[in-house]
Amino acid sequence: MLMSGRFGAFGGTYVPEILMPALTELEAAFVEAQQDETFRTELDDLLAKYAGRPTPLTRCRNLGSDRARLYLKREDLLHGGAHKTNQVLAQALLAKRMGKTRLIAETGAGQHGVATALAGALFGLETRIYMGAVDVERQKLNVFRMRLMGAEVVPVESGSRTLKDAVNEALRDWTASFADTHYLLGTVAGPHPFPLMVREFQRVIGKEARAQILEEEGRLPDAVIACVGGGSNAMGAFADFIADESVRLIGVEPAGKGLDGREHGATLLRGRPGILHGAETYVLQDEDGQISESWSVSAGLDYPAVGPEHAYLKDSGRAEYLGVTDREALDAFALLARSEGIVCAFESAHALAHALKMIEAAHEETVLIVNLSGRGDKDMEQAQRLLGSLE
Amino acid sequence: MSRYDEMFARLRTRGDGAFGGFLMLGDPDLETSLGLLDALVAGGADMIEVGIPFSDPIADGPVIQAAAVRALEAGVTPADCFELLAAFRARHPRIPVGLLTYANLVLARGREAFYRRCASAGIDSVLVADVPAAEAEPFAGAARDHGIAPVLIAAANTPDAVLERIASLCEGYVYCVSRAGVTGADRAMDSGHERLFQALAAAGAPPPVLGFGISRPEHVRTALDSGAAGVISGSAIVRLVEQAGDKAAAVRAFVAGLKAATAQKEVAREAARG
Repeated sequence: MLMSGRFGAFGGTYVPEILMPALTELEAAFVEAQQDETFRTELDDLLAKYAGRPTPLTRCRNLGSDRARLYLKREDLLHGGAHKTNQVLAQALLAKRMGKTRLIAETGAGQHGVATALAGALFGLETRIYMGAVDVERQKLNVFRMRLMGAEVVPVESGSRTLKDAVNEALRDWTASFADTHYLLGTVAGPHPFPLMVREFQRVIGKEARAQILEEEGRLPDAVIACVGGGSNAMGAFADFIADESVRLIGVEPAGKGLDGREHGATLLRGRPGILHGAETYVLQDEDGQISESWSVSAGLDYPAVGPEHAYLKDSGRAEYLGVTDREALDAFALLARSEGIVCAFESAHALAHALKMIEAAHEETVLIVNLSGRGDKDMEQAQRLLGSLE
Repeated sequence: MSRYDEMFARLRTRGDGAFGGFLMLGDPDLETSLGLLDALVAGGADMIEVGIPFSDPIADGPVIQAAAVRALEAGVTPADCFELLAAFRARHPRIPVGLLTYANLVLARGREAFYRRCASAGIDSVLVADVPAAEAEPFAGAARDHGIAPVLIAAANTPDAVLERIASLCEGYVYCVSRAGVTGADRAMDSGHERLFQALAAAGAPPPVLGFGISRPEHVRTALDSGAAGVISGSAIVRLVEQAGDKAAAVRAFVAGLKAATAQKEVAREAARG
């Protein structure tokens, strides 16, 4: 390995020895590509002309006030419907450079699966998506979208049948298939180099938002707020603001049915350091070290670990992490739709819910950026069930 | 002299390879599990490999995953597993016992406390499946501090520089994986591991033992002929635990069948005896 792969005490490469050469190969390809002008040019071209970057920074007209101004970074408008497309295009290009002919990926809400499926179609790579059987059921539309784009979707029946089990299956596949297959991991979790590489490929979110807010407001925001499951949209939004000490970085974890119970996915708030899926990081677990089953109304946040850089940002105090319940997220989801005409993903509604609390509490001028990481089409069936007919 | 050293020395004088049998502790329950460990010994296993059930075993295929689920559903905890092994050790003072586990179970107890408990339960070695050589030093250090042999994995695709690191950290034996992928008997072992065994020997590593996909006598013979000091069979045994009626009898008979294949010079000895 060329780099340590550590964020303070967190991160690392905790995988079976047989996978180490695959990670070494990937790290070398990533480092080489980052320095290669042709790679950057091709990626930037794809992001602009295929995916639709830059995405707008929208100031809410009806939420917030003249004093407390709320901006949304509109990753929901990106092709594919979420921020996932940014880094998937980058990794798929990398896979081509490495001569791989097949992609595998895990998915929770299905957004990463959809993004991987579109990249597979675009680049002519055979694509297999592992998805927990529970998630297959609650995200049927995304399953269909993946299959429509030619991906094979494999429901995972082991364990809790959600995202963590999909990651397990993808890792197992990769230990046998790395010679011709790239594991297109969907977030800033997993073994090095994934947390670093995915952050770099998502950095464009915060980079654009920073320039856009300076243009709009002539100053930096008071806070950047993003939801955290594995944590890729948050790391992408945070990365270019980390050096701006005046900007609060706020990660919102899914508090599910409440942080006092067991039905949540608040890894940083209720977990403790451990090792899962290749990295040392905060993990929801019992006292013996068995991994707990997480819960969130949003499948994309339903994950009992978190990217190791978030663990580091929490322990170092640079970022703050707090929880938003299913109920609060649903209320924010409905309010955004009614107030602004924007239907966001349940995941992003967690970040929005916290921003709304901050706006309510604001006594002085406040400028907030919420990373609206995805759109809500995939959640329509569930929203209908949870919110009723709205008549 | 460690139990592994004694075992390899004893087998070497006979020209035999070592046979290691794997079981998931607490599968399907603690009492049956203890009887199955005895059955491995009765069948002729030279070394015992055991897993502590873990919720997310990424290096294991469906058969061993299912065994972990059965044990976890029976309420088996790491503390139960250590007690089970201590009871086994009291009955079998000489046979080497190796633990195969995952990093989070080690960290949850605390590295020091984990290896201390291993030592007090009479365990000889610990292999942490998701800790490669690059991350192994703190685990190996804690193991050595408590007289436990740290066992590492080497594979055909492991670079020479890493094999040297493995040689310097690893004690007891080196767990060589016979093919890519996870544990399981559905895909048989690959052959052609001579280069790996030679490179490990040149680096001064402990004896290589081959595992993954070993379920038939011819796999055992192929492994030993290519220079392995022994073999480990796991999923094939665990599948018997899942499916057989008289589990102990099935395990004993299966182990006896594979163990017989480790006696490389049996024919020659019989000929000499005339």
